[in-house]
Amino acid sequence: MAIKVISPGLATSVQDLGRPGYYHLGIPISGGMDRFSLRAANMLVGNDEGAAVLEAVFMGPELEFTSDALVAVTGADLPPKVDGEARAGWSSFAVKAGQVLSFDYLKGGARAYIAVSGGIDTPVALGSRSTYTLGALGGLEGRNLQAGDALPVGAAAGSTAEGRSVPEGLRRMPGSKAELRVLTGLYWHRITDASGRNFFAETWEVALEADRIGYRFKGGSPLEFVERKQPFGAGSDPSNIVDACYPYGSIQVPGGTEPIILHRDAVSGGGYFMLGTVISADMDLIGQLQPHTQTQFVSVDMDNALAARRDRHAMLDQIREALA
Amino acid sequence: MTTRYSFGGDEHIFVEVDEEMSLEAFFKSLSMTNAVRESQIKGVTEICPANASFQIKFDPDLISPGDMLAELKRLEVSAEHAEPVIQTRIVEVPVLYNDPWTRETLMRFRERHQDPDSTDLEYAARINGFESIEAFIEAHSGAPWFVSMVGFVAGLPFMFQMVDRARQIEVPKYLRPRTDTPKLTVGYGGCFACIYSVRGAGGYQMFGITPMPIFDPNQAISYLRDFMVFFRPGDIVKFRPIDRETYDKDVADVEAGRFTPRVRDVTFSLDEFHKDIDGYNQKLGEALYGN
Repeated sequence: MAIKVISPGLATSVQDLGRPGYYHLGIPISGGMDRFSLRAANMLVGNDEGAAVLEAVFMGPELEFTSDALVAVTGADLPPKVDGEARAGWSSFAVKAGQVLSFDYLKGGARAYIAVSGGIDTPVALGSRSTYTLGALGGLEGRNLQAGDALPVGAAAGSTAEGRSVPEGLRRMPGSKAELRVLTGLYWHRITDASGRNFFAETWEVALEADRIGYRFKGGSPLEFVERKQPFGAGSDPSNIVDACYPYGSIQVPGGTEPIILHRDAVSGGGYFMLGTVISADMDLIGQLQPHTQTQFVSVDMDNALAARRDRHAMLDQIREALA
Repeated sequence: MTTRYSFGGDEHIFVEVDEEMSLEAFFKSLSMTNAVRESQIKGVTEICPANASFQIKFDPDLISPGDMLAELKRLEVSAEHAEPVIQTRIVEVPVLYNDPWTRETLMRFRERHQDPDSTDLEYAARINGFESIEAFIEAHSGAPWFVSMVGFVAGLPFMFQMVDRARQIEVPKYLRPRTDTPKLTVGYGGCFACIYSVRGAGGYQMFGITPMPIFDPNQAISYLRDFMVFFRPGDIVKFRPIDRETYDKDVADVEAGRFTPRVRDVTFSLDEFHKDIDGYNQKLGEALYGN
């Protein structure tokens, strides 16, 4: 079975839970930016939680199915339609052979996850089907979908009913003012105490440069650096360091002006200082932020970070139970 | 050198071996990452050596951040006593310096450069005190380089030249990054050389281009069939200046599946290297070109 791509949307790509193990060679983990929603979508159609799905950003694709399938759309509020008829998000619904899945305008969030029973079955590259466009790796020829593509779909594992839903209280989305929890560290000592306090006190705004590599923020005050003689090899700007690895979720601030949070397609390293890292539990939320979203960074400690991680696991367990 | 540990969120530990770049810092970072790999600590998912630092990614559901930190500190002690000797390989990288493609690109982005009136090579030669670009190229291709980090994008090597501090070439990055860099550009920023594995944005000065691909996601190129990324941290690189005729021939050979990079296995000892840098580099050259 295959899915014909009538129109691709804005930047729709094949994603699963990513390819760990190659970051030391500059190949990032990739995979869905909002993994919580990706897992939920797969659960709804009876797939393994890590099966490959389509990640659509801001605008949905138009897809013609060549055989019957069960479909679920989670994540952003991007209302699905089958032959023009509305279907509910976060719920499984049937699409018959010859029918067209399309989408209404985006009403909230940024990225929708479209799971199809059997999973998208493009070739596995380095252990994953995730698309990494910068390296032309994975997905369909290492790129986003194009009109005319035929997407292979795997055989559905079992019979799963349509009409199952993730309870509303378990659909995790950022608020109208997003909060991102941050563990300070890395090169936090490079900025002054006052500047550090300011970073958390001010409200930032998602900039237009926001994609799978990273999210840029603007609207806060420029950072003040602690004076020093730049170390050999670091470069002359006070925001420069000797090129080092960048953690996923790390917040770099080139020139001290606009923070950038690296995400699933992160550049693996470079020469900019980082003031801390967004905790793992909040990485999914970043994938749902639209440009211009007001954002508050909140400083937390490791215990908080681990507790938040457990909460997120518990929420996924509740979805597993609800859909079992 | 003072080792500094810091958590990068709840899934990473960042270890800065030194604030400044040196072969010693690189060696300690490499030997600690080797020790982490060998000790097979539960929950480790990524081991990423960098120039004078490294990063471990771990699963906090399998090992607590505190335990992970304690494991690394324990390994630091043994890494400090490890002999700075590695088994590695030396690789020849042919370079067409002052090539037409990087020249065309650098002319397009001149307003983002410190010195719009000269080329990147002329600028780098002048601020490093060389009389001509020929003398600069001789220094650049004369002594070998350590691949001290692979990353930024897929398969891109950062390289640190194996000479004493006084002879290190230093060049600032572009004032504002370019939106385009030809694939396989030989670049320079700070005290690091690099080879752009793919076409894309970049801020390093551009000196030339190599005909030898170093990343192939399709794994079609003969010597990248087994693995799509050519370089590994710890590799030694020797640049060889080539002319346009050789460049064209190499490109044709790569396409025809006839090109094989010149690679030899070598043992590198940091202590022996420091005793006689030029003599040691000469021996490495003999290992590369002998038999």
